[in-house]
Amino acid sequence: MADHPQKTGARARPMSPHLTIYRWQVTMLASITHRVTGAGLGLGALVLAWWLVSVSNGPEGYEAFMSYAETPLGLLILFGFTWALAFHFLNGIRHLAWDLGYGFNKHTATRTGSLVYVLSVVLALGIFAFVWTGHAGYLQ
Amino acid sequence: MSSLETPLHKVQGLGAAHSGTGHFWRERLTSAALIPLSLWFAYAVLGVIGTNEVVVVSFLAHPWNAILMAVFVVISFYHLSLGLQVVIDDYVHTAGTKLVLRLLVTTVWIAGSLVSVFALVRIAAL
Repeated sequence: MADHPQKTGARARPMSPHLTIYRWQVTMLASITHRVTGAGLGLGALVLAWWLVSVSNGPEGYEAFMSYAETPLGLLILFGFTWALAFHFLNGIRHLAWDLGYGFNKHTATRTGSLVYVLSVVLALGIFAFVWTGHAGYLQ
Repeated sequence: MSSLETPLHKVQGLGAAHSGTGHFWRERLTSAALIPLSLWFAYAVLGVIGTNEVVVVSFLAHPWNAILMAVFVVISFYHLSLGLQVVIDDYVHTAGTKLVLRLLVTTVWIAGSLVSVFALVRIAAL
């Protein structure tokens, strides 16, 4: 960057997009949420690596991981990862559709944005309900 | 219409960033690959939740499951590094900080992938 707007000149010029005066819209919020969930899932990937290492350490390692995962804070974080993955997954499909040229109409983009929020929450709650009602663990 | 591009620059098709659309394309390819892989991952994790260490180990020790988990983890870490690089490019404008953060992102995706794959090999040997 040759000229940084915040450093050159005495006047503080507005930066674009100026989030404090910009009217909030679903499409913009979904874009920001896509980034935030993506970064959050980076931490999720590290936890996944930690889980694999714990399992590779035998029964003690597995128990150590589960003793963290099964605390209220652990479950809250896992719910966060579940919702973040659901959102990033669904909104990622929305982005891929745009890349193929579909759904770029203004009202369509707003509708699919709202739909992604609703579906991601339903999916995350559905997954936790699925586990809590004893339907998980079908691979044993 | 006349162009300011040199013939060599035009034929290379790499643009101002000198890397063409490679980064964009790799981000799309990995995201497309992660659609079925994420569904498999959800099926796998939900399938072993609430069981015990023996079930988890025997599931992950199965060759197909180990390979799918390894592919899911490595592509996830790589996709993560591509995404984080865009975030860094967007918000960090100091050359030094940018370099340090890029090195950090590269280290994390490669180290995270290697550690995970090594763990899967150990699980298969348990």
